[in-house]
Amino acid sequence: MKVLIFVEQRDGKIKSSAFEALTVGARLAGSPSDAAAVLVGADTASLTGQLAGYGVDKVYTISGPDFALYNAMGWAAGVEAAIKDFAPQVLVGVASPMGRDFFPRLAARMDAALLTDVIAVDWKDGALHGTKPMYAGKCRAHLVSQNCNLHMVTIRPNVMPAQKTGSGSASATTLQVASPSAQSKTVEIRKGKSEKADLTEASLIISGGRAMANAENFKILHECADVIGATVGASRAAVDSGYATHDMQVGQTGKTVNPNLYIACGISGSIQHMAGMRTSKVIVAVNTDKDAPIFTIANYGIVGDLFQVVPLLTKKLKELVGH
Amino acid sequence: MKIVVLLKQTPDTETKIKIDASGSAIEHADTKYIINPYDEFAIEEALQTKEKAGGTPEVVIMSFGDDKARELIIKGLAMGGDRGVLISNAGLESADSLTVAKVLAAAIKTEGASLVLCGRQAIDDDNMHVGTMTAELLGWPHVNVVTKLTLTGEKAHVEREVEGGKVEVYDVNLPAVIGAHKSLNTPRYASLPGIMKAKKKPFDAKTPGDFGINAADIKSKIKVVVKSYEYPPAKPAGRLFQGEELEVMADKVVQLLRQEAKVL
Repeated sequence: MKVLIFVEQRDGKIKSSAFEALTVGARLAGSPSDAAAVLVGADTASLTGQLAGYGVDKVYTISGPDFALYNAMGWAAGVEAAIKDFAPQVLVGVASPMGRDFFPRLAARMDAALLTDVIAVDWKDGALHGTKPMYAGKCRAHLVSQNCNLHMVTIRPNVMPAQKTGSGSASATTLQVASPSAQSKTVEIRKGKSEKADLTEASLIISGGRAMANAENFKILHECADVIGATVGASRAAVDSGYATHDMQVGQTGKTVNPNLYIACGISGSIQHMAGMRTSKVIVAVNTDKDAPIFTIANYGIVGDLFQVVPLLTKKLKELVGH
Repeated sequence: MKIVVLLKQTPDTETKIKIDASGSAIEHADTKYIINPYDEFAIEEALQTKEKAGGTPEVVIMSFGDDKARELIIKGLAMGGDRGVLISNAGLESADSLTVAKVLAAAIKTEGASLVLCGRQAIDDDNMHVGTMTAELLGWPHVNVVTKLTLTGEKAHVEREVEGGKVEVYDVNLPAVIGAHKSLNTPRYASLPGIMKAKKKPFDAKTPGDFGINAADIKSKIKVVVKSYEYPPAKPAGRLFQGEELEVMADKVVQLLRQEAKVL
C-alpha cells in the first residue's frame, strides 16, 4: 500500500514529531518504495537528506518564495500536488497546530476520511483503524475509515516514538506548484518569547497553579525547568489571575499536553485542568492539601508547600543531572 | 452583511461519560448540554462586529443537531443574535465531520453570509474539523485559533496563535470562516430582557433537504465511523509522600523519576 507522509518544517527546521509521522507511515507502507514524504517551505531541497533511513525512498519538495510563510491554502495545494503524483491510499501527518489547520481543508478537497490526533493507528482490510481520546480523555474511540480513496490521519505527538530503520534513500523529487490563492495571505509570523519546546510537544513540563500567588513567583518554576530542559505551563486559575500568559495554559480551554513528565505545582486538579494533561506518562504533584484531586492521578505526590518543595526538587535534579 | 455563527451542543465539562452496554455508543440520557465553550467566543465576536458596524449586519445562530440544540440557539439569541437556524440531523446522527460540513456549507450558501464565525474546536470530539472543512467546500479562506480579528471593508486582518507563543498574521478576503480562540474576547451574559426577547426572535427549523442536500446520499458517503468506545486504562495507584522532611521526600521522588519511571 502506498503511503505519503507530510513532514513539517518551520524556519528550515524539521519538527521532531515529523519523524514520528515518518515512522508510522513507513510501518503502514511496509516497504520504502511504497512510502514517500512531502516537504513544503521556502527552501526544502536542502532538508531531504535528514529523512534518509526513515523508510521512504522518495521525498517531494515544494519550494519557492511563495512558500516562505505557512498558509493553509498554500500548504494544501502543495501536498495535493504530491498526492496527485504519488497516488497514495494513506496520508500521515502530525496533530500539530499546522497539521490540524490544513489537513481538514485537504480532506474536504480530496473527499477523504480524516482521523485526527490518534494515539494508535493501523491499516486493516483496506481501512485505517485509529484510536482517539475523546471527551477530554474520559474515553477513547476506535475510528475506522470507509467510502474513500484517500485515508488521512494525524498522530498525537510524543506517543509513537520515532525510529530510524536505516532503509529508504529519500531521493528528492521537485514539484512545481503555482503560488497559493490570493484569498489568504500570511503577512508575518511573529516569534514567540520562548525558545523552548512548545507545551504541546514538550517531553518535560512543570506547571504552576493559583498557589503561585503572582507572576514573579513563576521564576522558581523556570529555575527548575532550566535544569532539565522543561517547558513551563500554568493552570487556568493562574492564567485568569494574570500570573501566566494564555499560551502557557494547560487544560480544556488551553493546550492538551502529552509529556513524559508533568510536574504540577500548587494545582488542585480541576476536571478542566486534568483534561489537558492526564495522558502525561508520569505525573508528579506538589500540593499542601493532601486531598487535592491532582493526587488521584499523580504517580508521585509530595504533600508540602511548593515554595519550599520546588527549590528542593531543583537542587536534587541538579545533583542528578550533574550541573 | 450577514454573519453566521456555527454552534454545537456539547456535554457539560463536568459530565461523566458512560459507555453503553454495546460498547459502541455513549449514553447521553443524563447528559447536560452546553454551548460548546469556544462557540461562545464566536457569538461574542459576531455581536461586537455587528455593534461596530452600527447594528446593520444580521447575526444568524446556526446549528446542525437534534432538538436539544434549540435551547442553546435561543441562548445565543438571548446574548443578542437576531435569528436562529436549526438544521435537523434526524437520520444523520452518526454523521462525521465532512458530512456535517457538507450540510453547513449548503446552508451558508443559501444564507449568503459574508462572515462565518465558529469555535476553534468542539470539546466533545476535539476534532477541529468542521469550520475548516466548511470553508474549503465553500471555496473560502479560513483562519482558526484566532486571537484577534479586525474587519476593514472586504478584508479581515487576523491573528492566530500557534506553538511556542508564535503568532501568525493573515490578511484574508471575505467571505471567510474564522475559528475563535479563548483570548479573542470575553463573552457577555444574556440579560434578562435579552432572554425575554429571544423567545420571540425568528427561528427557522430546517432539514438538509431545504438546502438541496439529499440526506440518504450523504449518509451513504460517511467516511469515518466509531466502531467502539473504551475507557482509558486505569493508572496504577500513585505514591503519596507526606509527613517526612521535605528534602527527603524531594530526593525520593527525584530518584524514583530516574530509577523507576525512567523519565529523567
